[in-house]
Amino acid sequence: MRTVFKTSYDADINLFRHRVQAGWYVLLLVVALALPFLLGTFAIGEMTNLLIWAIACMGLMVLVGQTGQASLGHAAFLAVGCYANALLQLNLGLPFIIAFPLAGLIAGVAGALIAMPMTKLHGIYLAIGTLAISILTDDFIVLAEPLTNGVNGLMPPSIEIFGVSFDRYGMPGRLYYLVLAVALAVIYLYRNMQRTPLGRSFAAVRDSEVSAQAMGVNVARTKATAFGISAGITGLAGALMGHFAGIFNNETFNIIISIQLLLAIVIGGLGSIHGAFFGAAVVALLPQGISITRDFLGQFVGGGSIAIPGLESAVFGLILILFILFEPMGIYGRWLKIRTYFELFPFYRRDMFRRQKSYLKTERMR
Amino acid sequence: MDVLQLIVSGLANGCVYGLIAMGFVLIYKATEAVNFAQGDFMMLGAFICLGLTNPEFMGLPFWISVPIAIAIMGAFGYALDLVVLRRMFGQSQVAIVILTIALGFVLRFVAGLIWGHQPISLQSPMAGRDIRLGGLVLGLDEVVVILVTVILTVVLYFYFNRTKLGVAMQASSQNQLAAYYMGIPVKRIHSLIWALAGMVAAVAGILFASKGSIDPSIGLLGIKAFAAAVIGGFGSLPGALLGGVIVGLIEPFASRYIAAGYSQIMPYLLLFLILVFRPHGILAQIHQKKV
Amino acid sequence: MSLLEIDNVTLRFGGVVAVNKVSFNVEEGEVFALVGPNGAGKSTLFNLISRIYDPAEGDIRFDGRSILDKAPHEIARLGIARTFQNIELFDQATVMQNLLVGRHRHRKGNMWSELAFTPFVRAQERRHREAIEKVIDFLDLQAYRDKYIAGLPYGVRKVVEMGRALAIEPRLLLLDEPASGLSVEETQDVAYWIEDIKKQMGITVLMVEHDMHLVSSVSDRVLALADGKMLSLGTPHEVQNDPKVVEAYIGVADEKEEVLA
Repeated sequence: MRTVFKTSYDADINLFRHRVQAGWYVLLLVVALALPFLLGTFAIGEMTNLLIWAIACMGLMVLVGQTGQASLGHAAFLAVGCYANALLQLNLGLPFIIAFPLAGLIAGVAGALIAMPMTKLHGIYLAIGTLAISILTDDFIVLAEPLTNGVNGLMPPSIEIFGVSFDRYGMPGRLYYLVLAVALAVIYLYRNMQRTPLGRSFAAVRDSEVSAQAMGVNVARTKATAFGISAGITGLAGALMGHFAGIFNNETFNIIISIQLLLAIVIGGLGSIHGAFFGAAVVALLPQGISITRDFLGQFVGGGSIAIPGLESAVFGLILILFILFEPMGIYGRWLKIRTYFELFPFYRRDMFRRQKSYLKTERMR
Repeated sequence: MDVLQLIVSGLANGCVYGLIAMGFVLIYKATEAVNFAQGDFMMLGAFICLGLTNPEFMGLPFWISVPIAIAIMGAFGYALDLVVLRRMFGQSQVAIVILTIALGFVLRFVAGLIWGHQPISLQSPMAGRDIRLGGLVLGLDEVVVILVTVILTVVLYFYFNRTKLGVAMQASSQNQLAAYYMGIPVKRIHSLIWALAGMVAAVAGILFASKGSIDPSIGLLGIKAFAAAVIGGFGSLPGALLGGVIVGLIEPFASRYIAAGYSQIMPYLLLFLILVFRPHGILAQIHQKKV
Repeated sequence: MSLLEIDNVTLRFGGVVAVNKVSFNVEEGEVFALVGPNGAGKSTLFNLISRIYDPAEGDIRFDGRSILDKAPHEIARLGIARTFQNIELFDQATVMQNLLVGRHRHRKGNMWSELAFTPFVRAQERRHREAIEKVIDFLDLQAYRDKYIAGLPYGVRKVVEMGRALAIEPRLLLLDEPASGLSVEETQDVAYWIEDIKKQMGITVLMVEHDMHLVSSVSDRVLALADGKMLSLGTPHEVQNDPKVVEAYIGVADEKEEVLA
């Protein structure tokens, strides 16, 4: 375990705790930059997908992990971002470089506006409220057919920035770099949020609304702001998802996606950027993992390549159940434990992370 | 006459929603947890009854398979609490919501493996028979659904408010530690309530199956039922039924008098409005926290 | 003009009158204590000042201006800080972060500048941390600076909550049972701190406390309440010897004995 001797206030303010930590992240970035030279076209596509999911997970993490507000409806903001981005390009002829950030802004404003009447809701009431929004968005896309082309869906144009093509099929490596750049920008904003009054007011609302209020935090406005930032980031992910999928309709952003997004960040570990990436990795790589496993088993059992409906969600659900039961802190929590084990070797004790037994008190008292 | 029939079929649908909603409320009242898999419990109950009754599976007489199905679902609820949920003791509401959502995925998959994904009809003696009252023709299945629901609601309501065990169940949710000190076996009560919720879900499932065909995805009806529970006021049994009936009635009328596409939207629009203007439902049960 | 004026305030919960026509003034620079048996309406008065409850009648003025048109979160900005009877800290955050939330009143940036982390925001962060260090030094919290609240002992949490209120740099500090659940030594510390808060920092203190020993050693004036009504107002010595107060306390004790018998 490394002890940091703090000699200025900046030691607490800076992005990295110490040089060695910064070194590891630079190494990780180098690996991420080198990937297109190491992997084939298919694998790089999978990595792009993973990064897009990670952006979406970070978006939801702002709300759930930092502010403690559950949302079962974030697919709605994926949809808003995706449709806004595509329609701005298709109908108004805006270039991607303008349409994309604008789409994030539109999703963010939509999120803040929707959150305003719901800032009094807690726990399950908020969950069901956001669930309703997700379902309503799905139906609205179908009803607003003249704009959204209903169930037939839309095809966003190929991305081009200042004459350079980032086509999904033609230039998968470039698209990967573009998504990576967006992901890094979002991470930077996320870290800035965490180290400023903004993020601290989110945490205050998460842990105790009544004392946040006594500290001068406007709870309703803070929640709406968190919703806005969260929806904005999610909207950016949605816009990228649209480009990555090539074609999308209301079904692309149905309620199952909302739920999957929430489950992903729980598996990954609530409250950290790492958790968002771990969770995204599980969601994005699981389908491939299952099909590889099935092909592998098929060699022995024979005829195992028939698709079994619902298998993917079932495996996903099972993983989640196991995590909630045995590792509620998610993959990131497990990672911390393993790291501590090696740092303290051989002095790690099993009960080091054990928490006090808790008894639930009614949440009807608010 | 037309409107009357619309009302009756809406009521019958609403009663099924109400029964599922009651399952939510039962568990919420006693354990403060929300079982998002309640819709899938209902689906499972329906399929177990169907598997026992239909000739292509076991072919038992309907009246024998109904109590068996209810008993199996009760045992399933009890076992689920014993094996899985007891480990979650004292954890936050949202963690349990997420757990039960995941459980729903698994249950849907298992049901699909056993009974397939094609819609099947339950061979119920009520199917296709009519009751004539004057000029009014009502489906026997719909009338039975409404009657059974009303009886069950009354029984459960008195159970919770009049019997010792019922009151103990409520107490255990308000403060687990205090309930312990009062000598209430909190954990066993949790298991019992999950068993009860399983049984109510089985009844809902059987009633739903006797009105039409079923497939594993009907569990998603749980979302609509959850909306109904919130509309009525989470934590109130009559509220759950009220919410269910409101949702059941609003659907056919919206599709008839507004436009077909809107019948889907109306329940959720109503839910959203209720949450904004009366955040804890029509029959609310929330108090201000003391600091 | 007094710093805080409670003017004929009444609050009812349904049929129960929790606070009944209570009036008193807290002068700038004094330590004012509220005492009384459980359910006397002491914490309710705090919640009225924090604007969690709306009084049915009467007015509450701070620095000469009514605060009844303020929202609960605007109270801190006026310079009124408070602690809670049952510790309401931010459990999943460190002591440092908790104290920094106390600085929220002094936040100058907005969402956009903070997301971009402009040089101005960095300078402001440095200033906040400097202010926090003063509070940490004052309350001897150095050892816990980067510890999470969830793992801290009760006594330390109590101190952190006081520190968080001080980080606001208030003019009026409301302490809700600052010594409840503390050991004799810890209570001693609290007594010294309250003295210093008054004398060194010039902050006016209004506190609710059951420990009469602490009350009489630090407070300038005491108000005794029972069943939401004012019983006696004066110096600690006067109030303790007021026959009405003695009756209220011993009367309660009598009833308890009857219940036990």
